[in-house]
Amino acid sequence: MTEHSNQLSNFHGGLKLSGHKTMSITSPISQAKIPAKVIIPLHQHIGDSGELLVKTGDKVLKGQPLTQPTSYVSAPVHASTSGTITEITEHKIPHPSGLSAACVVIETDGKDEWIELTPVKNYQQLDATDLRNIIRHAGIVGLGGAAFPTAVKLNPGPTHTIETVIFNGAECEPYITCDDMLMRERADEIISGIQISLHVLNSDNGIIAIESNKPEAIGALKQAIKKNNTTNIKVISIPALYPTGGEKQLIKVITGKEVPSNGLPADIGAVVQNVGTMAAIHQAIHFGKPLISRIVTITGKGVKKPQNLDTLIGTPMSELISQCGGYKENADHLVMGGPMMGFTLTTDQLPIIKGCNCLLVESSDDQQTQRRVMPCIRCGECARVCPATLLPQQLYWYASSKNFDKVQDYHLFDCIECGCCAYVCPSQIPLVQYYRFAKTEIWNLERDRQKSDHARIRHDFRQTRLEKEKQEREERLRKKKEMLAKKKQENPETADKDPKQAAIEAALARVKEKKEQAGINPKNVENLTEAQQKLIEEADSRRQQSKVE
Amino acid sequence: MSILIAVITLALIAGIFGIILGYASIKFHVEGDPVVDKIDALLPQTQCGQCTYAGCRPYAEAIANGEAEINQCPPGGETTILALADLLGVEAKPLNDEHGEEKAIATVAIIDEQVCIGCTLCIQACPVDAILGAAKQMHTVIEDECTGCELCVPPCPVDCIDMVPLKETLETWKWPLPDDAHTAPRT
Ligand code: SF4
Ligand code: SF4
Ligand code: SF4
Repeated sequence: MTEHSNQLSNFHGGLKLSGHKTMSITSPISQAKIPAKVIIPLHQHIGDSGELLVKTGDKVLKGQPLTQPTSYVSAPVHASTSGTITEITEHKIPHPSGLSAACVVIETDGKDEWIELTPVKNYQQLDATDLRNIIRHAGIVGLGGAAFPTAVKLNPGPTHTIETVIFNGAECEPYITCDDMLMRERADEIISGIQISLHVLNSDNGIIAIESNKPEAIGALKQAIKKNNTTNIKVISIPALYPTGGEKQLIKVITGKEVPSNGLPADIGAVVQNVGTMAAIHQAIHFGKPLISRIVTITGKGVKKPQNLDTLIGTPMSELISQCGGYKENADHLVMGGPMMGFTLTTDQLPIIKGCNCLLVESSDDQQTQRRVMPCIRCGECARVCPATLLPQQLYWYASSKNFDKVQDYHLFDCIECGCCAYVCPSQIPLVQYYRFAKTEIWNLERDRQKSDHARIRHDFRQTRLEKEKQEREERLRKKKEMLAKKKQENPETADKDPKQAAIEAALARVKEKKEQAGINPKNVENLTEAQQKLIEEADSRRQQSKVE
Repeated sequence: MSILIAVITLALIAGIFGIILGYASIKFHVEGDPVVDKIDALLPQTQCGQCTYAGCRPYAEAIANGEAEINQCPPGGETTILALADLLGVEAKPLNDEHGEEKAIATVAIIDEQVCIGCTLCIQACPVDAILGAAKQMHTVIEDECTGCELCVPPCPVDCIDMVPLKETLETWKWPLPDDAHTAPRT
């Protein structure tokens, strides 16, 4: 329960940034209004999107699942309020591409009526698998921004023993305050969620790490711990240094250990979970409520009343902005996430998703005097601040020259896109954009490679099949020939004929015979003229005669 | 005198090592990795035949035999040429446009199901069995299996197969290269 700040380590590099946090913490968390419609993207997290359970016209209740998970790394989405599904359609979603994706659109009825909930009475009696299943079906994903399914992260696997469980309340990125406010106002829920997580992970102790610039949050959590007579959770105040909330950086600070390149925290016995996720787990286990809302910081110099809103998933961003008094005159552009790691949005007609912690309205005065990109002067500033101990300048060279092998040799995929390097670069090179470009380019190459491997297999398979068919055909032909030769020996006369011709003749003979047996069924014999009738009678008599003969 | 001894000793040592190395190179001779496989692994497996060979593997064989140039594959484009040049240790060269142009966007075949007469000719043309159908039944292309080779387009007697650009999804979307790339040194 005591602070151990004297035992903390440092990670490499990092930046002291001005927080800009006070503007959004002047008022407590408010409830965002229920919008006229909510737009719920089916895919909001890393992993597979589930299978759709509803159709247009369905009435849904708050908390009703809209999808069910189809694989292990998959999280369902739920109706965030009650209403009627008016559309299941492609709608623009918050993503740097600006692309659309499948969304369920619900016209809300304002009643906000819950589906029947089944809380867990005594979670200690359930085993980890059952609890993880409940957490998965509650659609809980990491609320720090990465949106990775929490149930997966709570399963380090049998080969890893977890010694350090860290609950991340660092919130190191400027402007964002949603975790800070949550820790101040809902400390009990966080502690309760942490106990459940520790039970699932089969760990005895947990550490809550909070940046030292949030004394109120630290105080609130300590008080909650004291009130509950908790002895297994301690709060640690860590120095405010961006990006100390990064998973690997936080582990370094707390344990002094480095997560290996391309490795996972579990490889060195650590797990990191966001504090907001803990509150969601508390709701899921003790109240049976799935993840249908989250706290979003609406802030920046371009919005009138910055604050934190408890928001239903699927609420259009424009509604939140207007609840915060609307845009100021000088509002310039909208960013999802913080100023360092977020991305610019081109419209506010987008739904809030589970991973959206902050809407930042940048004003025209935030824009540094026109970005003038100059050639790299090899000053090495970028390498000095990189928290992943990379060589950003080398990465930049190889990314911009599309040397994707080399850029990986320099550990591109260890880059956490924190933006420290671009922030300090005196030449104002948008370094992170180059890394993002290279990463997506490499993923695509890998996908192409898999696709072509697949095509090769299918092509080979087809070749083999064709070859086999050819052989079979030849074999049949050979057998037929043999048979014919045999027949010829036995009965030289009939065998002389072309077999096809013989078959046709045989068929004609059969038809003739049949006709004669069955008698004739004349057609088109109504409304005949006398002359026609006569002709038919003549023909019939001829037929009779031939039969007699 | 001592110089002579030194020279003789060194010559002897060199001779002994020479024999050992010569023996080792015969004794421990390893079959070189079949280069055809390595080349084939770099080709896009579209199987379109634009390289003038019957498919990707025959082209790989031709490259390995020195019959074909490395710049004859339009679907692979610049990426494939660079990779081949790297593998074979030769100079990269631009795509030979006699064989076609590199497509900017990947395409897949789509059959107009209203028009299809079920003749099965496209099925016979498709090198990866990406078309589903039977005689006198409507045919359809399995999008995930289609390599976009366009081989099914000419055989269709009623001209009902179109090549359409593959839709960009969240998975396939790529961050663009920043447009100030000119400031980056070329390597
Ligand atoms: S900080 Fe900028 S100018 Fe300096 S070495 Fe890094 S990329 Fe080059
Ligand atoms: S964005 Fe990547 S390369 Fe740049 S400082 Fe951060 S981790 Fe290092
Ligand atoms: S469907 Fe047509 S374009 Fe696609 S792989 Fe088959 S033949 Fe080629």
